[in-house]
Amino acid sequence: MARHHHRLTHAVRRPAALLALALLPVLVLGVFFLLPVSGMVARGFWVEGDFVPGGVVEVLTRPRTGRVVWFTVWSAGTATVVSVVLGLPAAYALHRLDFPLRRLVRAGLLVPFVLPTVVVGVAFLELLGESGPLGFLGFDGTPVAIIAGLVFFNAAVVIRAVGASWESLDSRPAEAAAALGATPLQVFRTVTLPSLRPAIVSAASVVFLFCATSFGVVLTLGGTEYSSVETEIYLLTTDLLDLPAAAALSIIQLLAVVALLAVAARLRASADPSVTRVPARPRRPARADLPQLVMTGLLLLLVAAPIVTLVLGSLRVGDGWGLANYRALDSTGSQQALVVPVTEALATSLRTAVDATWISLTLGLLVALAVTRRSRSRAERSVRTVLDGFFMLPLGVSAATLGFGFLITLDRPPVDLRDSALLVPIAQALVALPLVVRTLVPVLDGIDDRQRQAAASLGAGPLRTLLTVDVPVLWKPLLAASGFAFAASLGEFGATAFLARDESATLPVVIFRLIGHPGAMNYGMALAASVVLAVTTAVVMFAVERLRVPSLGAL
Amino acid sequence: MSLSLTGVSVDYDGVPAVVDVDLGLPAGQVLAVLGPSGSGKSTLLRAVAGLEPARGTIAWAGQDLAGTPTHKRGFALMFQDGQLFPHLTVARNVGYALRLRRAPDTERRVTELLELVGLSGYGDRLPSTLSGGERQRVALARSLAVEPRLLLLDEPLSALDAGLRERLAGELRDILVAAGTTALMVTHDHDEAYTVADRLAVMRAGRLVQSGAIDEVWAAPADPETALFLGYARVLEGTAADRVLAAAGLRAASAVAVRRSALTVDVSEGSAGPEALRGVVLSARVTPDQVRLVVDVEGVGELDAVASVNTHPAPGEPVRLTVDPSRLATIR
Repeated sequence: MARHHHRLTHAVRRPAALLALALLPVLVLGVFFLLPVSGMVARGFWVEGDFVPGGVVEVLTRPRTGRVVWFTVWSAGTATVVSVVLGLPAAYALHRLDFPLRRLVRAGLLVPFVLPTVVVGVAFLELLGESGPLGFLGFDGTPVAIIAGLVFFNAAVVIRAVGASWESLDSRPAEAAAALGATPLQVFRTVTLPSLRPAIVSAASVVFLFCATSFGVVLTLGGTEYSSVETEIYLLTTDLLDLPAAAALSIIQLLAVVALLAVAARLRASADPSVTRVPARPRRPARADLPQLVMTGLLLLLVAAPIVTLVLGSLRVGDGWGLANYRALDSTGSQQALVVPVTEALATSLRTAVDATWISLTLGLLVALAVTRRSRSRAERSVRTVLDGFFMLPLGVSAATLGFGFLITLDRPPVDLRDSALLVPIAQALVALPLVVRTLVPVLDGIDDRQRQAAASLGAGPLRTLLTVDVPVLWKPLLAASGFAFAASLGEFGATAFLARDESATLPVVIFRLIGHPGAMNYGMALAASVVLAVTTAVVMFAVERLRVPSLGAL
Repeated sequence: MSLSLTGVSVDYDGVPAVVDVDLGLPAGQVLAVLGPSGSGKSTLLRAVAGLEPARGTIAWAGQDLAGTPTHKRGFALMFQDGQLFPHLTVARNVGYALRLRRAPDTERRVTELLELVGLSGYGDRLPSTLSGGERQRVALARSLAVEPRLLLLDEPLSALDAGLRERLAGELRDILVAAGTTALMVTHDHDEAYTVADRLAVMRAGRLVQSGAIDEVWAAPADPETALFLGYARVLEGTAADRVLAAAGLRAASAVAVRRSALTVDVSEGSAGPEALRGVVLSARVTPDQVRLVVDVEGVGELDAVASVNTHPAPGEPVRLTVDPSRLATIR
């Protein structure tokens, strides 16, 4: 009887523990993600209480919808290809070669990834605009500018993901091939590329996802002529108040994103545990590495050009140079462009980012712990897989959909958060959540479960085991993930643009307002504010990069 | 057509791994480089393959290979764990180099090679489905496919378990002889070296200590450490060495290396000469082949000895020992 009782509690305890770990994150995601998004989608189907799906179908057949979807697909596709082509040589140079300033170049090339989209938009405007240094190319307002902006962001993703995989690649198969008479090119084609393929395909799918759902870049660079699904949703909801159309586009986007995420998850590189790997030590560059180094330099130039023009632009006052634009940051701009001064917006941004960071970190840690515990049964394993995918969803859902969904669903009981100071941080935390989870999961997955078993067999309880085995490995990635979440929150624009009130606007929102208002002083202030925001995030990211967590930002 | 190394040195970040090695390998022979782990032997092999930058001269048939990249040297390298390409089948792994050269008749050649290594019919399998020994055979076939001028073997058998290692060492020897391959093998196992190689080079702390034909090296180790590494149980010096050499009827030397099986318990009746070794058994351990003893020998000290299984010398018992001169090596 006693034995039977014991077995029963054991069988109940494991799923119960899983449930307890996952309960809070599931609840939060349910209330603050599923509810708003479904509320938003429902608006499209139900008009004044009647179920009218015809409206949605009608939207899908509009020629403009077709144009928008086609533009999204081809611009994201092109940007993905270019990002991969530019990112691969840099991934090699930065992760397999050892040269002076390597760490600095590496960190520098990763800065764009966390630069706020609005800042990137402003920087490219400044670079490619009529009076910019590259204005003669006539790219301003063309798809070329948008694609350049997208590549600027996403080459870093390719470098990060493929570089990490390349770095841990055993160099001996390549050496074996060379010893069998394969030329360097043949070695790359027959040995290196097949080993990297999962990482490349997975990075490309994530880049495509980012490009296709990019909001800030397309909004600032695309003007009114070019619109992606994401910006179209924004325009339809805020300017045209055509909710059925916005809902229809949201549904298309949601389905496409879920499909892409499923593909990415399937392709995510899983190392064969039966193979022992000897990661290669970075070596000094040889003459044969020159093309890769040149390509890396080129990419560095591409990344530096907009940033440098941005900084120079912020220092230009009339015909001379000066700090007037920065001094003006404690004002509200000319012609009452803003309600609060930029400095106060920066303070708001920092406060919000702190809140968003602890929220996403708490949720992310719980999720990561829940999905990485070893599963005893098939059912348990599939529950964990579903959970894992569930928490990736915010990655692909339009931030605008999320933001607008917040507005229309969380404004009345049971959840009335209209005036809560946590509304913006919660939205930002949800956007950062997948990044946190993806940083922590590989680390937890990498811990040999026998370590925990050894601790348990020596008499350590679950908490003690956690402290002995998991925490020593986890604290650095945790710190890195918090920096990452902080930076992501600082730059978040899509959802915040909807939710932040004028008197509590964050820095990216303020920058967007400033560009939208006429007046040289407002534009100068926008440039200066962009520099301040860029420097703040860059400092956070440099600190994070020093922690050297390989899984960071590798989705 | 031979390999010759002159004054070869390799550094790792300023730390010398290989120091000033001179070595020659005539065509058609198999040379084993023997050394403990960290002795620089694998680094030397990688330098010969062109995978490590080296100072000094590495030459093939009198031609300096300094400017020749790995893939143009025509030296196939076989790794400790095979390094089969996991995404290719066994047949495609073996035919890899042939396809690179667009060689005709690849399929027939692959079949022949798989037959040579005893893996006929394995062509369509993936490396992950093979056992460790099978993987090493595939790696060997893959290396032999190019008909390399020189085959480089980096601890080819050490990832395998003991029984398999012994069997494969013999097979490896047969395959290399059958293919007429010139080979340079690196190993830390003296039995393996003895089974596979014609010539032996001993390395320690990055330096070449001794080289020559395998039986010559065995018969005359350069110094006590080399002797111990070659599998001699003890090295005796001074009067102890004199006593043992006299008992074996050999001339005196400064030191003598003694194999475990050099001393045997003498159970014959009758008296022995004055130089015969006598002692008291300290411990005895029975193995399937023999009884292994430690004996406190008069005028020598502790020595290892063996006795046949049907005799049971117990600790404390006095014994008389005979010495087999062929199991001693004098060190000058």
